[in-house]
Amino acid sequence: MAIEMLSGRILAPNFGNSIHVWGAIITIFMLALSVGYLLGGQWSVNQPSLRRLALILIIGAVATLPVIVLGDTTLDWIFGKVHDPRYGSLLAATLLFFIPTAVSGMVSPYAVRLLVAESRLSGHFAGQLYFVSTFGSAAGTLLTSFYFVLYFEIQQIITGLISVSLILGALALLPGPATDESR
Amino acid sequence: MNHGRKIKVLLALLASIMTPSIAITQVIHNEKSLYRNILVYEEEGQRCLSFSRKNENARQTCQLLSNPHEFVFSYTRMMMGALYLNPHPRNILIVGLGGGVLPTALAKIYPDTAIDVVEIDPAVVKVAQEFFGFQPSGKVQVFEEDGRVFIKRAVRAGQRYDLIMLDAFDHEYIPEHLLTREFLQEVKALLTTDGVLAANTFSSSRLYDHESVTYTEVFGDFYNLRVKLKNRVILKKQDGLLTKEAIEHNASQLEDRLKPLGFGREWLLPLFSTKPDWNTKARILTDQYSPSNLLNALF
Repeated sequence: MAIEMLSGRILAPNFGNSIHVWGAIITIFMLALSVGYLLGGQWSVNQPSLRRLALILIIGAVATLPVIVLGDTTLDWIFGKVHDPRYGSLLAATLLFFIPTAVSGMVSPYAVRLLVAESRLSGHFAGQLYFVSTFGSAAGTLLTSFYFVLYFEIQQIITGLISVSLILGALALLPGPATDESR
Repeated sequence: MNHGRKIKVLLALLASIMTPSIAITQVIHNEKSLYRNILVYEEEGQRCLSFSRKNENARQTCQLLSNPHEFVFSYTRMMMGALYLNPHPRNILIVGLGGGVLPTALAKIYPDTAIDVVEIDPAVVKVAQEFFGFQPSGKVQVFEEDGRVFIKRAVRAGQRYDLIMLDAFDHEYIPEHLLTREFLQEVKALLTTDGVLAANTFSSSRLYDHESVTYTEVFGDFYNLRVKLKNRVILKKQDGLLTKEAIEHNASQLEDRLKPLGFGREWLLPLFSTKPDWNTKARILTDQYSPSNLLNALF
């Protein structure tokens, strides 16, 4: 969500701040998340492990890097190719944000699989997980739009978010072998 | 004590609810567009366009019913000061239409000059035509799109303008992507070598400092026109500042043509200042850092 907040800023110089730009962004984030949920659930069926969950986090973080490194080039390129700002912003949101958002969508269903030991408690864990992930989204949205933008550049905020993901992924990897055995 | 405070708060609330209905004598048109509330009303012999009912400052445009051509607001008069820097613009770009006062006046003064107006909100274009006598024509064209997108595309297409007027802000909301170093660089690239920039900007909050250093970063020293600390207009000719004599010469040539607008050089010339009255160490606004609305509201 923090990235979604910033994506409006990232697209504005090329596609403006019109309502269709936000429409494009929200559409692509929702679409990517839905695909991510599906893939995450699917992938969790075979040999789920904390190590793989960590891998998802790290891939998600790495997939966000192009936003920083290739963002301007991609946006300028699309600006030159697509003249209708609606489809321009849709394409831009797709190229920059679809993959990282889809990957981060994989985390929740995968984590549900790791947490649920018996089906009786599946709703309990799913609820907890939804709570954590949605609460985290709310916090990310608030912090980014109220405070971070007053002090940092967009790229600095995104770098920070990527770092947090990487650190979480690395932490999950650390006790890796032990946890694997215990499962 | 506590009781008294409660009553005070209640009274204040009541007042804030009541004020518009007292001040606004006759609502002519009221609509919610995609981007804002649009209100057209008449009071005290003026017809006004407002994007919010909150306060006087929210008035975008007012016309005297008895003489619709006269400029009611000091900021529109100051914007016309751009002509003192280049009295013969062959083509003009105006970002932000409002009631269309600027393009209407400019089309009258320069019937042969092409005027392009960019306005994001189609509803504003309709209201300007219906209630404020704005008339697009072969020479005056309106483009309903985002100003930044229009300018970026115009630069790429090799288009250039002799006069660019930025008037896309209102007092409550600033399109943040229209107040960054990168945007102003695009505007600069769109100006001819003797082209002039005129920008209607803010002057009440700490945003004033950020805005001033951002304009200085791109355009160097500029003319800073202020009235009663309320409105501020930035004027700059691409090829530098003019001598006092040159400005006065242009002003005297334009005197007759500006007179119908209700002001002249006697009022406008003394406002031409180049002295920075802002904190020059303020942080520059960029595409990466542009919390303009927060800076405007908080400080």
